[in-house]
Amino acid sequence: MEFAELIKTPRVDNVVLHRPFYPAVEGTLCLTGHHLILSSRQDNTEELWLLHSNIDAIDKRFVGPLGTIIIKCKDFRIIQLDIPGMEECLNIASSIEALSTLDSITLMYPFFYRPMFEVIEDGWHSFLPEQEFELYSSATSEWRLSYVNKEFAVCPSYPPIVIVPKSIDDEALRKVATFRHGGRFPVLSYYHKKNGMVIMRSGQPLTGTNGRRCKEDEKLINATLRAGKRGYIIDTRSLNVAQQARAKGGGFEQEAHYPQWRRIHKSIERYHILQESLIKLVEACNDQTHNMDRWLSKLEASNWLTHIKEILTTACLAAQCIDREGASILIHGTEGTDSTLQVTSLAQIILEPRSRTIRGFEALIEREWLQAGHPFQQRCAQSAYCNSKQKWESPVFLLFLDCVWQILRQFPCSFEFNENFLIMLFEHAYASQFGTFLGNNESERCKLKLQQKTMSLWSWVNRPSELSKFTNPLFEANNLVIWPSVAPQSLQLWEDSTNK
Amino acid sequence: MEHIRTTKVEQVKLLDRFSTSNKSLTGTLYLTATHLLFIDSHQKETWILHHHIALVEKLALTTSGCPLVIQCKNFRIVHFIVPRERDCHDIYNSLLQLSKQAKYEDLYAFSYNPKQNDSERLRGWQLIDLAEEYKRMGVPNSNWQLSDANREYKICETYPRELYVPRIASKPIIVGSSKFRSKGRFPVLSYYHEHKEAAICRCSQPLSGFSARCLEDEHLLQAISKANPVNRYMYVMDTRPKLNAMANRAAGKGYENEDNYSNIRFQFVGIENIHVMRSSLQKLLEVNGTKGLSVSDFYSGLESSGWLRHIKAVMDAAIFLAKAITVESASVLVHCSDGWDRTSQVCSLGSLLLDSYYRTIKGFMIHEHIHSCQFGNFLGNCQKEREELKLKEKTYSLWPFLLDDQKKYLNPLYTSKSPKFTVLEPNTVSFNFKFWRNMYHQFDRTLHPRQSVFNIITNMNEQNKQLEKDIKDLESKIKQCKNKPTDGILTKELIHSVHPESPTLKTSLCFKEQTLLPVNHALRTIEGSNPADNRYSEYAEEFSKSEPGVVSLEYGVARMTC
Repeated sequence: MEFAELIKTPRVDNVVLHRPFYPAVEGTLCLTGHHLILSSRQDNTEELWLLHSNIDAIDKRFVGPLGTIIIKCKDFRIIQLDIPGMEECLNIASSIEALSTLDSITLMYPFFYRPMFEVIEDGWHSFLPEQEFELYSSATSEWRLSYVNKEFAVCPSYPPIVIVPKSIDDEALRKVATFRHGGRFPVLSYYHKKNGMVIMRSGQPLTGTNGRRCKEDEKLINATLRAGKRGYIIDTRSLNVAQQARAKGGGFEQEAHYPQWRRIHKSIERYHILQESLIKLVEACNDQTHNMDRWLSKLEASNWLTHIKEILTTACLAAQCIDREGASILIHGTEGTDSTLQVTSLAQIILEPRSRTIRGFEALIEREWLQAGHPFQQRCAQSAYCNSKQKWESPVFLLFLDCVWQILRQFPCSFEFNENFLIMLFEHAYASQFGTFLGNNESERCKLKLQQKTMSLWSWVNRPSELSKFTNPLFEANNLVIWPSVAPQSLQLWEDSTNK
Repeated sequence: MEHIRTTKVEQVKLLDRFSTSNKSLTGTLYLTATHLLFIDSHQKETWILHHHIALVEKLALTTSGCPLVIQCKNFRIVHFIVPRERDCHDIYNSLLQLSKQAKYEDLYAFSYNPKQNDSERLRGWQLIDLAEEYKRMGVPNSNWQLSDANREYKICETYPRELYVPRIASKPIIVGSSKFRSKGRFPVLSYYHEHKEAAICRCSQPLSGFSARCLEDEHLLQAISKANPVNRYMYVMDTRPKLNAMANRAAGKGYENEDNYSNIRFQFVGIENIHVMRSSLQKLLEVNGTKGLSVSDFYSGLESSGWLRHIKAVMDAAIFLAKAITVESASVLVHCSDGWDRTSQVCSLGSLLLDSYYRTIKGFMIHEHIHSCQFGNFLGNCQKEREELKLKEKTYSLWPFLLDDQKKYLNPLYTSKSPKFTVLEPNTVSFNFKFWRNMYHQFDRTLHPRQSVFNIITNMNEQNKQLEKDIKDLESKIKQCKNKPTDGILTKELIHSVHPESPTLKTSLCFKEQTLLPVNHALRTIEGSNPADNRYSEYAEEFSKSEPGVVSLEYGVARMTC
């Protein structure tokens, strides 16, 4: 397919651009295969370069011959273009609509983008699982790398290499995979060097209504316990939801079969509930009426901060089990690709000083989100202005970043990166020139040959000139575990992410 | 002392305000003539000034003793459990009496002795010189002058002796106007904007009723607008809600009729009165004191208290005032009912936006209205009352103490380079208004951020100063060395001076320790926090059960220190 077919009018003069915090600019509007560009053809003026994939929704309206297109972006910006001529306006609008909703991933910009900067370090090789494992292997010999998922046959959403208990062989892993949702058998997420306790994650056990069990599964997770020790299973669903899951073949670990484990249920919302929360939040932020009561009630009704509190509390609980109770934990919800990852990654922010550095945080995103199979393509397909109520769109990653921001605010000197780093990651997860966040898991990324055909976000970020923008000048390495307050009075709205 | 029956109670428990499990400290409670003091087993002292107590409550007897809840005016809430009901009753009765001192002379400020001599005391009181302040604004000048009409408090008891009025306003006009204004509070100058030649004036409501008018008052307002050579019309801001102002007309009071006054633009602002504000604050504190508060209860409570709405109303009014002056060069007359609550809020906030001097510590002191009782500044209700109390002889001024300690209050991000009339234009979109946690929860340390940016920046600034000094030292050393013959010595000395033993690097090592173990209490860095304080789980009790194989909690062993 040629992009030219979709571009009915490539150029319109005398277009006026309105956007928040900038004066209106008049210039020439150009459409390319991947960008919407407005240039005033004057020096020193900020020009608009907008990726079509950043467009969440558009509205158009007409007053006489003057057409107006309102573009709502996935990064929450709202841009207005006044276009003279009804035909031009309609053409532009329908072109943008088509270009921003391309079906094929291989038509996305990362496959066409040619970097203008010198690559110092290829980001695709910056965080290899073998290297990450080496960080642990000096401290423990109880774990090993397994290549059982080399062909993505055992678990389609896992990477080819995972860390598992040394005493469990690949054959046993294959069996456990059949007992866990999506084949997601328990794997190591984090090893706490201070006391050797671990965080594992998985999908829900497929116990069904007749209480099916799997000896290998029990053996696997028991292998992570020291003699005489007990562990905690944190289920990110309420007991009720977990019980209901049995009817659909899912379920939870029963005490009788896992006597060394104590189960804790915490309720973290998922899918469209989070998506609706984001839609309401952004709607509230865009309300310009300056009415205090209305703002507070809308903020409350969005429930956004309630979700933040739930996620943070669960992560703190997980960290508390590890650091204070000296107990290992297994975390899962249903699939183990959303709330599970929020909790495992936030617990590491709390426990592990390295994950509060730029490099360590990137490694965390790579390990706990990209490799762990968080379906970015599905979750970030649409943002706060979408009307389609697709079940799989959800701001799970944004909520995680928001929680990191909450902790950063409470420990402003313990993070090497600043707020802009988090905002940058949010923007690239939704629309980017880099291939890092394309696809839903490693298997898909492999098939798309992203490493060969696209540039990694990390190749761009990890250059000194970019890093300087993301560095927190107040950073002082803090080797302690950091316990944030989760009281409502301590949580705040992250305006800079929602107000552009 | 006649109110104190019991001076010391042992084995008293101090409860953690938010804890759902009954975490507490045990210690001894002492009652003195001025303070309630609790010393826990770690010898940590909690002092409560009787005059700070807003409310004392004795709750129903429990198995562990008799609960005594004390709410303070500085938003501290302490919850004691006294083992014997009799002791609790005695303390309760004493506190009831001691916290309700009817006479000023019984207040702590009159017995407080900070070991200043008389001349120091006098200097403290002289720090704030209002005449000097008006001179700074450029008054008196060709349009404004000092009036001696109230020198003996004859016209208005609640005004100070020295008042600035338009030069063309004669004494009969002033006297006439004051008779037409509630409590005699006629229009006087509050702030003069030298650059725009516009003024902020203040007064109380006119006694207009439904139709009454007063020529002198009309003349005085005209004189104010004439004192502005740039703009002939002036704004009259009634800071009350329109309905309240209209209701006042039935009592013979009210607001200015635009038809009777030439060149005025009348405007209601809609700030609620002190009674509404007081109950709003009470509601706010009530919500925030709830155990296990959920996010949505917090926000619905914040909304229904109306507190942020009131804050925004005051802010909007101040911005309106500042804009009238800067954009239109128009003078503004502000009043409410009596002209001492809402009017003060709007005038002081407005001039803070207009004049960068008020954003300095010294400038802020001059028109600040915080209450404190250790010092005399906020005792009494007006200048006349303060003179009668002989505050200057009997008490000490707060200001020299604040100035001595000003490092604690300095903002390291402040830049003094901005010109005098840099106007602040705060954005009043609703989400910019935040619940001020560090004010209303200043004693609930677990809710605070765990690291203080200000602390770090202040340290950095000091470190930079030290580094700059080191550079100078090294440069002068280089100069000296250049005069010496051998190069070898030069290199050696330079190497030596950047060796780890050098003071610079030592500072940076100390610096690191300081950030982790801050000692400066005023900067509100949290010294300790652990997961138990934060109540992440209702499973806490499960954790602490000593079951085989479960390691018991080791609170306090690995306490957070940043």
